[in-house]
Amino acid sequence: MRSDVTGYELNAPPDLRAVLTRIASEPGRHALLAGGTELMVALNTGRLESRSLISIQHLRELRFIRVTPDAVEIGSGTTFTDIRRNATIARELPLLVQAASWTGSIANQNRGTLGGNICNASPAADTPPALHAYDASITLLSVRGERTIPYSSFHLGYKKTLLEPDEILYSVSVPRAYEGWRQYVRKVGTRNAQAISKTALAIVALVRADRIEQIRIGAASLADRPLRCVEAEAALRGRSIAENDLEPTVRLGRAALAREAKPIDDIRSTAMYRSAVAANLLEEFLRQLSN
Amino acid sequence: MAEHDNIVGTSPLRKEGRAKVLGQAKYIDDLSLPGMWHGATVRSVVARGRIRAIHFAPEIDWSEFAIVRASDIPGENTIVHLTKDHPCLAAHEVNHPEEPILLIAHREKAALLSGVGGVRIEYDELPGVFTIEESEKAVANNDVERIVWEGSDYGGTANCFKQYVLHSGEASETEDGLAAAFASADYIVEGEYHTGAQEQLYIEPNGVIAECEKDKQGNVISVCVQGSMQCPYYLVHALTLIFNLPEEKCRVIQTETGGAFGGKEDFPSVIGSHAALLAMKCGHPVKMVYDRAEDMAATTKRHPSRTRHRTAVSKDGKLLGCEIEVALDGGAYATLSPVVLSRATIHAPGAYKWHFVRVRAKAMATNLPPHGAFRGFGAPQSLFALERHMDKIALVVGLAPEELRRRNFLATGDRTATGQLLTEPVDMQHLLTRALEESDYHAKLARFAEDNRGSAIKRGMGIATFMHGSGFTGSGERRLNSLVQVELLPDGRPQILVSSTEFGQGTNTILCQVAAQTLQIPYEQVVIAQPDTQIVPNSGPTVASRTAMIVGKLVERASTQLLETLRVDGGLPLNHTAEQFEQAAVAYLDKHRSLRCSVRYEPVRPVDWNDELFHGDAYPAYAWAVYVAEVAVDMNTYTASVTRFDALQEVGRIMHPVLAKGQIEGGVAQAIGYALYEKCVWKDGRMMNNQMTNYIMPTSADLPEIHVHFEEVPCVHGPSGAKGIGELPMDGPAPAILNAIENATGLSFHSIPLLPEDIFERVSGFTEPEHGGSSELDPDRLGEFLPEVNA
Amino acid sequence: MKAMVQLTVNGQQHRIDVPPMKRLLDVLREDLHLTGTKEGCGEGECGACAVLIDGELVNSCLIPALQINGARICTIEGVSTEGGLHSIQQCFLENGGAQCGICTPGMILATHHLLDKRPTPTLEEIQEGLAGNLCRCTGYMRIFEAVQKAAEARDAL
Repeated sequence: MRSDVTGYELNAPPDLRAVLTRIASEPGRHALLAGGTELMVALNTGRLESRSLISIQHLRELRFIRVTPDAVEIGSGTTFTDIRRNATIARELPLLVQAASWTGSIANQNRGTLGGNICNASPAADTPPALHAYDASITLLSVRGERTIPYSSFHLGYKKTLLEPDEILYSVSVPRAYEGWRQYVRKVGTRNAQAISKTALAIVALVRADRIEQIRIGAASLADRPLRCVEAEAALRGRSIAENDLEPTVRLGRAALAREAKPIDDIRSTAMYRSAVAANLLEEFLRQLSN
Repeated sequence: MAEHDNIVGTSPLRKEGRAKVLGQAKYIDDLSLPGMWHGATVRSVVARGRIRAIHFAPEIDWSEFAIVRASDIPGENTIVHLTKDHPCLAAHEVNHPEEPILLIAHREKAALLSGVGGVRIEYDELPGVFTIEESEKAVANNDVERIVWEGSDYGGTANCFKQYVLHSGEASETEDGLAAAFASADYIVEGEYHTGAQEQLYIEPNGVIAECEKDKQGNVISVCVQGSMQCPYYLVHALTLIFNLPEEKCRVIQTETGGAFGGKEDFPSVIGSHAALLAMKCGHPVKMVYDRAEDMAATTKRHPSRTRHRTAVSKDGKLLGCEIEVALDGGAYATLSPVVLSRATIHAPGAYKWHFVRVRAKAMATNLPPHGAFRGFGAPQSLFALERHMDKIALVVGLAPEELRRRNFLATGDRTATGQLLTEPVDMQHLLTRALEESDYHAKLARFAEDNRGSAIKRGMGIATFMHGSGFTGSGERRLNSLVQVELLPDGRPQILVSSTEFGQGTNTILCQVAAQTLQIPYEQVVIAQPDTQIVPNSGPTVASRTAMIVGKLVERASTQLLETLRVDGGLPLNHTAEQFEQAAVAYLDKHRSLRCSVRYEPVRPVDWNDELFHGDAYPAYAWAVYVAEVAVDMNTYTASVTRFDALQEVGRIMHPVLAKGQIEGGVAQAIGYALYEKCVWKDGRMMNNQMTNYIMPTSADLPEIHVHFEEVPCVHGPSGAKGIGELPMDGPAPAILNAIENATGLSFHSIPLLPEDIFERVSGFTEPEHGGSSELDPDRLGEFLPEVNA
Repeated sequence: MKAMVQLTVNGQQHRIDVPPMKRLLDVLREDLHLTGTKEGCGEGECGACAVLIDGELVNSCLIPALQINGARICTIEGVSTEGGLHSIQQCFLENGGAQCGICTPGMILATHHLLDKRPTPTLEEIQEGLAGNLCRCTGYMRIFEAVQKAAEARDAL
């Protein structure tokens, strides 16, 4: 334990409005603490820079799953366990359930939140690839009002997001539009459980008459941020996966992904391994489509 | 009574098990003493250099702290094992990252953070060496600047802690034999094999609480240290030198220990001495418990190794001769490297009959934190190399892996490479047959060969055949001269007094089983004392797979003595009941006040061993094993996983089936980690992945079903014929797994840990990756999950 | 800065005045002297610090005290029934589920949580349920068997 806990302030304002008012009055001063599975690790290892924290873990206003005819809206304070236990999500958004089940351990899934996973903005985070593939939109809230933006525009760089200092991520909305789409998600980690991603791909594709009409690809650990693989999507959109056409399709997809992926070497894995495996996962998906 | 004939061989409840499942067992961090302070260590951030200056931050009130420097040590500034090269605290120079320089203590644990952070040390850095090869090169080039270890009185030379040569016969005869064998061999097969460091990763980190008593003049008159450890008397010895006190004034108590695996064999001498010094300085008891990051970065690991084989083989697969070169990386100080090297040397030729053997072995000094004991202790390194090499030989000669082994196994009546006559029955042929049956080896080989075609998942089978020596090498047991006592408690129950420690492997349980069976009373009636050197004798360290066999035998003898005394002198009838035993015991105590039976180690047979020449009876007994690994390699992710493991071993006598199974399963799990997951990432001698997030140990979701099979050929040395089993399971899995991976993919790997990145590189043909060879997992890129590197 | 925190631990109510960022693990061990919950890594990786908060398994080294204000917590000390071992504890004891014992409290709580949610788990579900609890001694096999036996014992009630 490498921090002196007496040197930190933690407050729990009674409701969402109080939190928004607080962070508006002192923007950037406070770190928001939800499930704690990131910030408390930082505290334990002596790397928690922010000395003042605001707990939002108790806010029921943030912890919800609302199903409407068009979308599933998930509050940012929803835990991974909440996501796994929701029948609609299990049925319609399996990539998100899978991603949630791969995040940490059961104990960490009981605490970790979707909002924390997104806002911590690690390029290795588990839910962003699925959210990219599902073309999610996110709603940001502040005292000034709310704004809803495509998730694909949220990440700006390494742990840099569109979130303003006085804003909090309110909810994530996923369209209920994937009936009949093919879905794929696979994570390659350092081991089978409780592992940080070396790379992960989440893909949804609408295939008609052996042709990829639409495709969306999200990836982890292939860039300095969760990656929406627009080049690979562009290369594959409209392409045929009929038996005779499959090889060139695979080649084009792999090449496009290799171009837009910019993974790094780090203590867990190497750039070349990540690129190669990501391309293999894409190929695996395309071949599955073809069968 | 007949029912007590078989307490050994049943599975009674773990002696201290109830407390453990209730959460009531007290580990060192659960304990406190009144007025206790907390201690911490200020460590070197450079790998090698001279200490130029030490600055204390002015904004900190240092009067609240106790500070210990090397100059405060009353006795010798040394952590003694075999030689005195290892300082307790660095005085003028440092030789590895994390080397302890200062100790500080404070009443409040949280104050230590700013205390440690408030010490700034200036160094004049010196060049370091960080691999076996760099260390060797310095010697070869006479690069004085990179001679990082000068030599010792224990047979060490520049940069080399120790060297051995083992010849299977007389030296010049063996050399002639080898020359002839190689000249006439149909095949000469060469290979080089590498193993990496491995962290013991006991879930309870190192910790101690120390007390110090001083006289009115301020001289230390006694010290007492309690904590997590394997060998209380090792720490006693260390303390006698640090404090210049006799043994009786250095009391050490082992507390409930949450895993050890060798990592708490020699290291407690360091942390125990540190805490005791702080207790001396501040006048209060001092607790020192490492957090995980410190424990991983600063304490001992398994020795990395490089083994070279050159083998002369006939075309019908007979092993004619071998030249083996073993090199270990010992880290910055000698610690136990000579002993690890010795075991590596003896196990290098394995379970085979060789016409001629020469093993040359050396332990090199590098500027890494000193490496130390870890389950297997040199044998896993050597056996990895040998068992991989056997598969290579098989390929070259054109034999199946198991056929090559069959043609060369040692058997009853044969002599090992050290010339030890195998008088007790050995039947590796049978063990191999049985292991292949249990694992459905041949059928799977055929099926996988078929299924692998056109599948992205390649499956394969691999075997390893080996033995592991129980007990200390050669005359080691005689030198240890272990003493064991069994005494009567006032209520008539017998109590075992040993310094042998429990750390999960079952010491308490099996020793009580032996006593109970010998005394013919229920297991529940036997008590075993907490290892407190004030009351227990030195039964030797809890290492080397010796506890069941050597200490167990002594418990049996002491119990026999006690029983006879009660029969002869206590009126205990034959075929007594438990109540009669208790009555006779109490009556005896009424009359005689106490009954304590002491026995000292005696070899069952005279031990004929020459340390210099590595000739004779290397170990009192061997356990023999055949392990079979089934793997699946996903060629899309280059990930190998073990899908089933069969471990068959002949162990003399299974004292406790549940415990024995647990030992094998746990050892296999650790060895799977050794082979496929656990990589230590080093940069300039510092472990960069010193967090559980980044040091990858297998979880329950990563391990296969581990099928354990036993055979028993009782041996004369152990109680009821038992041999040691604790370390054996560490030896076989790694080579079996890599053999299986070769079977599955056709790719031959010689280095562990074998990561997916390594498999990828081989598959994609990158032999010189521009960056990102997995040997170069970039430690500069720590990712967001790791603490700052620099102070 | 300190915060007044009210919590119920193993059925007993407590009011404590602690820094709000103090880890629940330290509150249990230091303020309440319940040392059954262990620290193995301080990173939420090993599960030795696992407890139940309102019936859900969590790693107490990652929970700040302020966030469990009003919570009901179950630690290993709260698992045994009056005067006897819980069937999970008995099964761990009988099947070699505990070797060195340091992971055991967390492992038992994870088992408790698993059997609560999945009374008859498959081996795969057991593996997943316990994947957040690292054991270095056993290789998990005896633990899986203990869990299976505990599930059967529960069934038989």
